[in-house]
Amino acid sequence: MPILKSNQTSKMKRFRLLKDKIYSKLMLLFTILSVSVVLVIGVGLYYKSVPVINNSSWGTLLTSSQWKPLKGLFGFFPFIMGTLWVTGIAIIIALPLCLLTSFYITEYAPNRIRKILVPFVNLLSGIPPVIFGVWGVLFIIPLIQNHIAPHFVEFSTGYSVLAGGIVLAVMIFPLIVSIVCEVLNTIPRELKEASLSLGATKWETIKKVSFRKAKPGIVAATVLAISRAFGETIAVLMVCGNNAVVPHSVFDPGYPLPALIANNYGEMLSIPMYDSALMFAALLLFIIILLFNIISRVILTRLERKLAA
Amino acid sequence: MTNNPHISIQHLNVSIGNQLILNDININIPNKKVISIIGPSGCGKTTLLKSFNRLLDDTADVKVTGKVLVDGENIYDPNMEVTHIRKKMGLLSQRPYPLPMSIYDNVAYGPRLHGSPKKSELDELVETQLKATGLWNEVKDRLNAPATRLSIGQQQRLCLARGLAVEPEIILGDESTSALDPVSTSIIEDLFIKLKEKYTIVLVTHILRQARRVSDYIIFVYMGKIIEFGPTEELLLNPKEELTKEYVKGYIS
Repeated sequence: MPILKSNQTSKMKRFRLLKDKIYSKLMLLFTILSVSVVLVIGVGLYYKSVPVINNSSWGTLLTSSQWKPLKGLFGFFPFIMGTLWVTGIAIIIALPLCLLTSFYITEYAPNRIRKILVPFVNLLSGIPPVIFGVWGVLFIIPLIQNHIAPHFVEFSTGYSVLAGGIVLAVMIFPLIVSIVCEVLNTIPRELKEASLSLGATKWETIKKVSFRKAKPGIVAATVLAISRAFGETIAVLMVCGNNAVVPHSVFDPGYPLPALIANNYGEMLSIPMYDSALMFAALLLFIIILLFNIISRVILTRLERKLAA
Repeated sequence: MTNNPHISIQHLNVSIGNQLILNDININIPNKKVISIIGPSGCGKTTLLKSFNRLLDDTADVKVTGKVLVDGENIYDPNMEVTHIRKKMGLLSQRPYPLPMSIYDNVAYGPRLHGSPKKSELDELVETQLKATGLWNEVKDRLNAPATRLSIGQQQRLCLARGLAVEPEIILGDESTSALDPVSTSIIEDLFIKLKEKYTIVLVTHILRQARRVSDYIIFVYMGKIIEFGPTEELLLNPKEELTKEYVKGYIS
């Protein structure tokens, strides 16, 4: 005879099953809700930017460099280029540094040093962006103005896409390092030992085995960092110069999309179309990030398939 | 048998942190024979094996004292170049770990590190080693396929071919068949017996039957110490030490 005799009535049983159903449906509902926020934002931004789109056209808005709100001319090309320049510079600076740092932390650093390094890197990600902005103004701007730029151009105020890129690079650094370290730690020790026991040096092993194995993870980390860099506002805004012209060198000022929105939203809204134009800027940023994520997702799946197959 | 030892270990102590893993190991490993290291889990078998090619170097807090002479050279000499030592020994780990590249590149990996061989030389070398491990007929049409597409048994033979490609003198096997099915296991075991014509082979195993099938000598390790070392049949059937007797009979494991 069973010790625990079931004394549940069929009614109670039905109630339990019902609860199970309700919870699963609730979870589905909340998931859909949070995912649909993306859609709502996209649709909302589009709806708000319809006036400025109808006024000119997608083509003109995207390719024109004329930014004269008072005359009703809204060309977003300088802002798009500003965004791409700053983000591009940030990644070019950050990626090699991040990879070498991650390899050092996971492969070379003695335990003692690793225990100090990792919290430091994490601390970096906890610093508010505005502090990076101030650091950029006080340190990076004079550095570029007085020491770097004079070697290349006749004059630069220091407020430039390079300054934005450097500040941004420091900000995305901890993000990439922590993900790449995580990825490198999942590589089996035996795989590295296999390479070492064939007489490879540590560096050869890192280059030919660990790096290769970690590639999908490194790409994923970079994608995440770029997505973040696209949207980073305040720190970049403080050092970029915010001049609505297309930058032609790293020492030229730039005006990324987020900075445009943050600087102007809430002001000057008496100008016709202006708020619609800012919404269009937000929509652009949204589309850039969306496209970028889709493309990188495709690349990532291909890479993973190639490695796993 | 100890007249011309290939590996000679003298007063080897290994500790990790505060824990002494190997305690005063002294042994001479004869040339071109198969030697099995047996003993219960955690007795230090694998550590002993890894001390042969200095794979312990990368373990945190590890301390090694004593000498390991390979061909008369102390591999723990500070002036010793570690890649030179490791090239002499092929390691076959518990599970196959093919490098993340093609079958061909896996075998060519080692030779490419140690020189820049011509394409024709490499082709020949890859073929020779894949034939030596009986893999050639199974993979010759897909040498450029990723190595991970092979079965586990095939992968392990590929790893062996990869190790042989750097022309080692010694093969180290760390429970190399423990992840394999019985058929693949017996293929690998037969390979070991065949390969001892050219190589000294040291295997860590916890399967006594395997030690009996493939090895000429057995080392019994218990709690970081070598308890007994002798010819296979003698050690298994007629052990001198009480501990060995108990282990062989299955009383301790």
